[in-house]
Amino acid sequence: MILRLLTYSRHAGAWAATVAITLFGLAVLTFVIGRVVPIDPVLAIVGDKASPDVYQRVFIELGRDKPLYVQFATYVSGLLHGDFGQSFVTSRPVLSDLLDFFPATLELSTIGLLIGMVLGIPAGVAAAYWHEKWPDHLVRLIALVGYSVPVFWLGLVGLFFLYFKLDWVSGPGQLDVFYQGIVENRTGSILIDSALAGEWEVFWNAMSHIILPALLLGYYSLAYIGRMTRSMMLDQLNREYVLTARLKGASEFEVVVGHALRNAAIPLVTIVALSYGSLLEGSVLVETIFSWPGIGNYLASSLFRADMNAVLGGTLVVGAVFVFLNMLSDALYGVLDPRAREHLS
Amino acid sequence: MSDKPLVDVENLHIAFPREDGGWHEAVRGVSFSLLAREKLGIVGESGSGKSLSSRALLGVLPEHARMSADRLRFDGIDLLQASPRERRKLRGGRMSMILQDPKFSLNPVLKVGRQIMEAFRIGYPALSGAETRRRAIDMLEAVHIRSPERVMDLYPHQISGGMGQRVMIAMMMAREPELLVADEPTSALDVTVRTQVLSIMDELVTRRGAGLILISHDLKLVSRFCNRVLVMYAGRIVESLRADEMHNARHPYTRGLLACLPSIQSTGDPLPVLQREAGWANPEGQP
Ligand SMILES: Nc1ncnc2c1ncn2[C@@H]1O[C@H](COP(=O)(O)OP(=O)(O)O)[C@@H](O)[C@H]1O
Ligand SMILES: [Mg+2]
Repeated sequence: MILRLLTYSRHAGAWAATVAITLFGLAVLTFVIGRVVPIDPVLAIVGDKASPDVYQRVFIELGRDKPLYVQFATYVSGLLHGDFGQSFVTSRPVLSDLLDFFPATLELSTIGLLIGMVLGIPAGVAAAYWHEKWPDHLVRLIALVGYSVPVFWLGLVGLFFLYFKLDWVSGPGQLDVFYQGIVENRTGSILIDSALAGEWEVFWNAMSHIILPALLLGYYSLAYIGRMTRSMMLDQLNREYVLTARLKGASEFEVVVGHALRNAAIPLVTIVALSYGSLLEGSVLVETIFSWPGIGNYLASSLFRADMNAVLGGTLVVGAVFVFLNMLSDALYGVLDPRAREHLS
Repeated sequence: MSDKPLVDVENLHIAFPREDGGWHEAVRGVSFSLLAREKLGIVGESGSGKSLSSRALLGVLPEHARMSADRLRFDGIDLLQASPRERRKLRGGRMSMILQDPKFSLNPVLKVGRQIMEAFRIGYPALSGAETRRRAIDMLEAVHIRSPERVMDLYPHQISGGMGQRVMIAMMMAREPELLVADEPTSALDVTVRTQVLSIMDELVTRRGAGLILISHDLKLVSRFCNRVLVMYAGRIVESLRADEMHNARHPYTRGLLACLPSIQSTGDPLPVLQREAGWANPEGQP
């Protein structure tokens, strides 16, 4: 028992070390980027009409006169205390900005991922089951389009037809002006907040806004998840245990879902986590097209205004989310795969 | 033994599409029958069509295989006319099959117990969970597994090959089929446990009065457990012999197989090399 606990904690220790090293690497990366880009943070604050005196004062305030390693230590200790620096544009701590913008991104990409999973996994399973028949060709076509059509083009086409021409969905933004400020912000997700408050009109308005960008992200997620599910299921359906299940008299549904998909689910966890990560990151374009007040939008506009603290803070958050998703999929791997569990306990 | 055959196969052909658009004939006109409770061995080198012939019987041929036969019957049921659903009902229930290597034939992510219980659940959906579990444990006892309750909760990678194959036997004999096909059931196992596993299987088959088709490339082993032996070569049956009359084999291929068997009295001479002639693959080539 104690031995078991020991090996487990050793494993958990190794795990924590990996995460810590990854996050540290991320901090090094953002620090270096912040030093090498040809943007002078002092100039960004004081403006190019400031006197040399003022410039010098801010230069020292920012600690730019100190050696690089001291600057890095200050940077990392700031990060550890949740201090990502000030945004030059909003004059607020970058962290508060990020906390304001992140929920909108999370809401959008979560719905996108759900669409991608709910449609992509069955599509991939069907494609593998009817290999080389029409469901397979259809899924491959959908995936191919998802891989080759740029997201901004599809987004603009969608907006043009579904919003501008047909008026089936609402336009850019999270809510119509009319509905703004009705629901108190509690979770950061307007859908959840309005549902909790019982404000169904607001809810449906928010829904009509989110549906198009979410479908768009969902489509790309579907293309990826569907393609990967297909190839993993093709692999599993050729295994001998699938024949065993058929020999037992199991129904085709049991064979495909209960046996083959149950095995394919193990690598799929990683695929879904990766897809989630890339939705969070890839939302930059979609959020820009749909004026979605999320991290992507924040990152893009900060970048255009040379607001380096904001850009690096946003990058760190996106990176940390990736690390977190990876940890999560590792943990789920152990839950789903008895062979991996062996190594844990 | 009754006179009505349990299995009746006539002129079975199985082919696969080739790259060049033609067909590769893997099984070319196989005919055999099996009486109830009879034990039939099929021997032949790898690729001679043994597995395909039995898979056709159970209705689990690879999807792209093309099959035809003049007759394919199980206990009077015309399998050529039966719907996929009817054939599925037969599988696991009245006919079942053991595959070669439990390392691959058991589902790696499901507990052994659950996989045996599934066989019962498919056949007897009305049984309670506890009763299903009890029967699965009984089956594990029937294949001489000592602590069945513990084994129920193990995953396939946690048990040995010999135990895995006994689990497979338990699973496939769970619903007391009238026919069990064992496709090289011991080829993947340690030499030390082969006889033990085969004896357990044979015991169960005999006790329950099932018919057995034992596929192997080991002529000696097959003749020990079976009443009759078919010898296959290149998609055809080249010889059919009673197990106690192996010495009467007439086909040169069978005689070659027999000559290759090492015996204790052997003089220490190297074993003869098995002869093959292209002519044996033709129907006219049969002696
Ligand atoms: N899935 C398949 N696709 C194409 N050809 C196959 C397939 N399965 C078997 N064959 C062909 O059929 C022949 C006989 O196969 P099989 O019945 O498995 O032989 P055996 O069990 O006697 O070793 C093989 O040599 C191979 O050429
Ligand atoms: Mg074979």
